[in-house]
Amino acid sequence: MSSGGGDGYLLEGVRRLGSVTIFLGRLLMQCVPALGRPALLLNQIYNAGARSLIIIMLSGLFVGMVLGLQGYDLLQRFGSEEALGTAAALGLLRELAPVITALLFAGRAGTALTSEIGLMRATDQLTAMEIMAVDPLRYVAAPRFLGGVIAMPLLTAIFSVVGLYGAQLVGVQLMGVDKGVFWSQTQGSVDMHDVNEGIVKSVVFGIACSLIAVYEGYNATPTAEGVGLATTRTVVASSVMTLLLDYVLTAEFL
Amino acid sequence: MTSPVSPQPASAAAADAVVEVRDVSYAVGGRPIFKGLDLRVRRGRITAIMGPSGTGKTTLLRLITAQIDADSGQVVVFGRDLATLGRTEIYALRRRMGMLFQNGALLTDMDVFENVAFPVREHTDLPETLIRLLVLTKLQAVGLRGAAGLMPSELSGGMARRVALARAIVMDPEVLIYDEPFVGLDPISLGVIVRLIKHTNDALGITSIVVSHDVHELSTVADDSYLLAEGHILAAGTPAQLRASDSPAVRQFMSGSEEGPVPFQYPAPDYATELFGTNE
Repeated sequence: MSSGGGDGYLLEGVRRLGSVTIFLGRLLMQCVPALGRPALLLNQIYNAGARSLIIIMLSGLFVGMVLGLQGYDLLQRFGSEEALGTAAALGLLRELAPVITALLFAGRAGTALTSEIGLMRATDQLTAMEIMAVDPLRYVAAPRFLGGVIAMPLLTAIFSVVGLYGAQLVGVQLMGVDKGVFWSQTQGSVDMHDVNEGIVKSVVFGIACSLIAVYEGYNATPTAEGVGLATTRTVVASSVMTLLLDYVLTAEFL
Repeated sequence: MTSPVSPQPASAAAADAVVEVRDVSYAVGGRPIFKGLDLRVRRGRITAIMGPSGTGKTTLLRLITAQIDADSGQVVVFGRDLATLGRTEIYALRRRMGMLFQNGALLTDMDVFENVAFPVREHTDLPETLIRLLVLTKLQAVGLRGAAGLMPSELSGGMARRVALARAIVMDPEVLIYDEPFVGLDPISLGVIVRLIKHTNDALGITSIVVSHDVHELSTVADDSYLLAEGHILAAGTPAQLRASDSPAVRQFMSGSEEGPVPFQYPAPDYATELFGTNE
């Protein structure tokens, strides 16, 4: 019942928001029993986390190295290249690590989750579970959701560490910033508030990206085209939602 | 529309009905699938539900397994009206059923053994040695004990369906539902599945519902049959009664003829007009 044009989109948007919220409520109820299945959960943390490690570490290294180059170039104009450590650490911890990790997570783990669950739907595996009186929300969706939520902060932390090492590699080894100054500046200017900002952001992004990936897979049209569309929607929605939430959280923390 | 053959199997008694569908109507997107559907599945028998593709046979199974709700009428399983049951009660009811899906619907991230063990692990706390015995016994029954270590992707269509059958019977259900079990099978696999349906029903003393459009195979195993067309039961009786029917619609389906009251062509505008823009 679309009333055409903008109204139709608005109605669809509201319907979708309601549907995601109801799904989240049902999912959260199943998360408690899912926590009691450590084998299933560990498997999903491995799938979402460990299998994303290489892409996260490589990206972290390069982002850190670029930060080192750009930061050095910018700071030396003001004669304060010693502050490179501070700039890189704050930039990574508060902003770049959570956001880029979430975007990479959506592209790697998110799409894998959506297509896996979507294909389970298309091949009647979810229906078969229903008939066997096993709730697929509890057995399939909840462990994958929790796996993503747990993996995201861990991946973000690894991204930060590797990124900082990359910035140090360029700043200290290549550009000649003093190593002691780099690390002491970093240590002196980063406080728990900055670390917390990164942690909170990564947890929120983890919830958003995992929820979108699981929801899209679970509600995918059970055809090849439907699963493909759902996978695309996961990347688009997760990316936009990550950037939107990033603005809200940054405004909240500043 | 009057039913050309008796609307219920002649000797049907309500008392031994495991599944009863009473005056059920169901529509999808305004298009009616069932209009006042009535049928009864009797305990210990193999009931065939036949009909052309697209007549809602699979939808009927979804109604019986409470995956969807009827718009009106009653679906009664094990004496309980599904519309009155909550989620927990429906899950409790489903534990007494087994279902064989058209494509097997095996869980692709587990091997054959784990697939068959899945419902047992989920619903019982049996020790591993007992689960192993149970699973191997069921796999032996479908002739696939040697395939226990294979992944679903390594199985042929017929083997996947046999594994799914082992999984469906592992919890000793009271009712076993088969959705198009004969589609796409080679003659040997088909013969094996037909024998397994008969053997499983007789040996385990369960009630079977087989949905299919393969008239010949169904005739060899079914005790009762229903012919479903255009939203209601066109005919009911034993396969022999259906074959002997005078009704043109029943005869058309049973003989697989293109000509008859059931149209082969989907409704379309005039052929000549569509091809040449004129009916001259």
